[in-house]
Amino acid sequence: MTPEEPRHDRLHTVTITCPDDPQEWRDKARRLAAAEIPPGMIRWTETDETATDLFGTYCETTDIPPARRTVRASRAFLHLAGSVLLHRDRARFPALYRLLWRLQGAPHLMENRGDPDVHRLMIMAGQVRRDIHKMRAFVRFRHIGTPDGEERYIAWFEPDHHIVRANSSFFINRFASQNWSILTPDLCLHWNGTELSETAGARKSDAPAEDATEELWQRYYASIFNPARLKISMMVREMPRRYWKNLPEARLIPELIAGAQAREAAMVETGADPFPGPPPETLQEIAAGIATCRACPIGCNGTAAVAGQGPEKARLLIVDEQPGEAELSQGSPQTGHAAQIRSRLFPHSRITYAIKHFKFTQNGNFRLPKPADARETDICRRWLNAERRIIRPDIILALGPRAGRAILGRTPSLERERGQFIPLPDGSRLILTAHPASFNALSPESRQKAEEKLQNDLDLIPQDCLQPAPEPGLSAE
Amino acid sequence: MSSLSITERLEILADAAKYDASCASSGTDKRHSRDGKGIGSTQGSGICHAYAPDGRCISLLKILLTNHCIFDCHYCVNRKSSNVRRAKFTPEEVVDLTLSFYRRNYIEGLFLSSGIIKSSDHTMEQMTEVARSLREDHGFRGYIHLKTIPEADQDLIARAGRWADRVSINVELPTEKGLAELAPDKNGTRIENAIAHIGNVITEAKDARKRFRHAPRFAPGGQSTQMIVGADAANDSQIIGRAGLLYSRYSLRRVYYSAFSPISEASAVLPLKRPPLIREHRLYQSDWLVRFYGFSVTDVQNATDATGMLPLDIDPKLAWALRYRDSFPVDINAAPKDMLLRVPGLGTKAVGAILQARRHHRLRLDDLSRLTRSIAKIRPFVITANWKPTLLTDRIDLKKRLTPQSVQTELFT
Repeated sequence: MTPEEPRHDRLHTVTITCPDDPQEWRDKARRLAAAEIPPGMIRWTETDETATDLFGTYCETTDIPPARRTVRASRAFLHLAGSVLLHRDRARFPALYRLLWRLQGAPHLMENRGDPDVHRLMIMAGQVRRDIHKMRAFVRFRHIGTPDGEERYIAWFEPDHHIVRANSSFFINRFASQNWSILTPDLCLHWNGTELSETAGARKSDAPAEDATEELWQRYYASIFNPARLKISMMVREMPRRYWKNLPEARLIPELIAGAQAREAAMVETGADPFPGPPPETLQEIAAGIATCRACPIGCNGTAAVAGQGPEKARLLIVDEQPGEAELSQGSPQTGHAAQIRSRLFPHSRITYAIKHFKFTQNGNFRLPKPADARETDICRRWLNAERRIIRPDIILALGPRAGRAILGRTPSLERERGQFIPLPDGSRLILTAHPASFNALSPESRQKAEEKLQNDLDLIPQDCLQPAPEPGLSAE
Repeated sequence: MSSLSITERLEILADAAKYDASCASSGTDKRHSRDGKGIGSTQGSGICHAYAPDGRCISLLKILLTNHCIFDCHYCVNRKSSNVRRAKFTPEEVVDLTLSFYRRNYIEGLFLSSGIIKSSDHTMEQMTEVARSLREDHGFRGYIHLKTIPEADQDLIARAGRWADRVSINVELPTEKGLAELAPDKNGTRIENAIAHIGNVITEAKDARKRFRHAPRFAPGGQSTQMIVGADAANDSQIIGRAGLLYSRYSLRRVYYSAFSPISEASAVLPLKRPPLIREHRLYQSDWLVRFYGFSVTDVQNATDATGMLPLDIDPKLAWALRYRDSFPVDINAAPKDMLLRVPGLGTKAVGAILQARRHHRLRLDDLSRLTRSIAKIRPFVITANWKPTLLTDRIDLKKRLTPQSVQTELFT
């Protein structure tokens, strides 16, 4: 044995001084592999652990023996190593070296992802890439302004792996125009608008404790969350709990989850069907039902309900918006605009209301009529729909858009949809017109025009509606 | 309106925006602001900056410019006849909010939608102004997604695309009938025409950029759309078919599904019970099958049951495999790529790894187990060097053996 012969039986200790610099490992690994030092003969350490080698079985190798072969590494291997070397697990060095060693005899090894060594390193690389990605996602800057006008955005972040330096260009590309610092336990990055500098690791207390905008962000987070769909496992998978302590919005998570069920229940409650039973089938049932209906605030305001009036087999059904004081006192539709139209033009028609009770605002001693809102109209449709099923009119005349909504289930456009027959699913036809009460506020000229238009709409009603229906039913009321 | 603080308005307008499913910030040009002018960057893939307890990612500041609306669509919480609190942002306020969130790394950019105030054109102008101001006045290079209004003037929509990375128009409901019933002010033909128009402009802009380096960009992130699932009677087969048409006709990037969820101030004509969330998930899986797994729309439709619905207990790929058992088992070491992609439990990455690895040696079951997530799910459908399923695909109880056993009971029904 000549003195130059490398000693393969000797154990080599190789120390990596800079854990996130792939180049250092690559240089050392290449020289070791070139000297044909087998994987089992190397102990890889990082700077901070050389002192803890209690038994002194390894000695630091400064003189790696000279090369005995050329080492080849595929691009795929270098790419993999570039990620794996940033991993915090110390096993990364021997695992990578073993793969490099095996690669010399099996150049296509990297293509076999099912190989246990390749598989394990692929998983480690995936963990590093994920950590890089999560840092980009979860760094939260806090803004501070100094008295001399300098502004700075400072973040505290705790990465799992040695990825801070690898991420610096991402943050420079994104935030080059603002001064920022990212503080981590191992390393801090500082950008001053033109160049990047590094300092040693910091503590969480070195970063600012708060930023006024965070409250706005928390409100946003709470509002964009949809309590009707709770998928906590999905959230935790993508935003693991260990990150929560540094995310301002994560503080809200427990209360959002706790409140979600209650919020959804409340939503369903407000939208719930107020009428659990089957719809009424006779006019008497309707009259009895509306008298006790408390499904919306109008029903609860203490006024009496007013049922429809007219023959049960009427060809024309006139739908007015809601009863007024006079109808309330008489208990039937007799004096209002609709009643006037009926008595003047269509004596054999039937009148009913979209809203069965009287909605009003109190003004001193007077109760002024107040239009029902869409939700109230929609709730009250149950009674009108039942009435339509019983009467089966040929024509429905709706006075005003709210009456139109009660028939159509949507708020119609009066200007666009009046002056024509609107076919309805049950075979009847709707004529939509303005409510005569709305003319009161108009100037004399406009009022005349409005009345002409109303008359035009009324002229659409076929002549046979003037006659009683062929088999006149009894008036229900 | 002005009496509401910015926080209150943010709450109202974010709350109103949460029914838009898309939060993607991916697929646009790569940009950065290394030059120190402006702010922001985009890369190929998006970043999800936070996740809400509903499992959805928060990538963009997703808000409405206003929730005042002159339309009366039943499924929408902001419809004219709803009693929700109304609020409005000015374009400047949205710009400031976006920038102050972006500077703190809360978001990738802005997703701006709006209720329709005054007119469609007026609203579209305001939204475009937000995007323009971000880009021109502040040099913002982050992501902008504008929900455009189909009724607006086409030139306005075209201007929006100059500033935005992605534009989208919601088709809202899978069938024309559903749209007529639930969104009386909207017009299906008009919506499709607008989608087609945007599609054309995107294609033209791409062509122009091939020839002229400085041709203006138009929505480099493409366009997407959204359908509400479970608000009308459309079944999965119809939904898949509609999505297939939209993809093929207008080269959309994505069709999003939004499971109808009970909204506060719900309209009386809507179903009260939400569809199971898993239905939305199964539709997304079927969407993936068509886009990445070489399934045709008809293939996926064949996996639905007699009522045209995808099974909820198993994924659509498994459902297809169970129906077409004679196509299995597939020889991992010999089958072509498109057959490997049809094996339940094999994803596109696993198939890529199999194709690469089998060039060098015959794969065994343990090789396969390292390439995939769950070998148990795959085993009945494959042949490897040391494994052959013995008539397993003929077993009547195969579905039961593969269906996840511990099904969580529905909590909120």
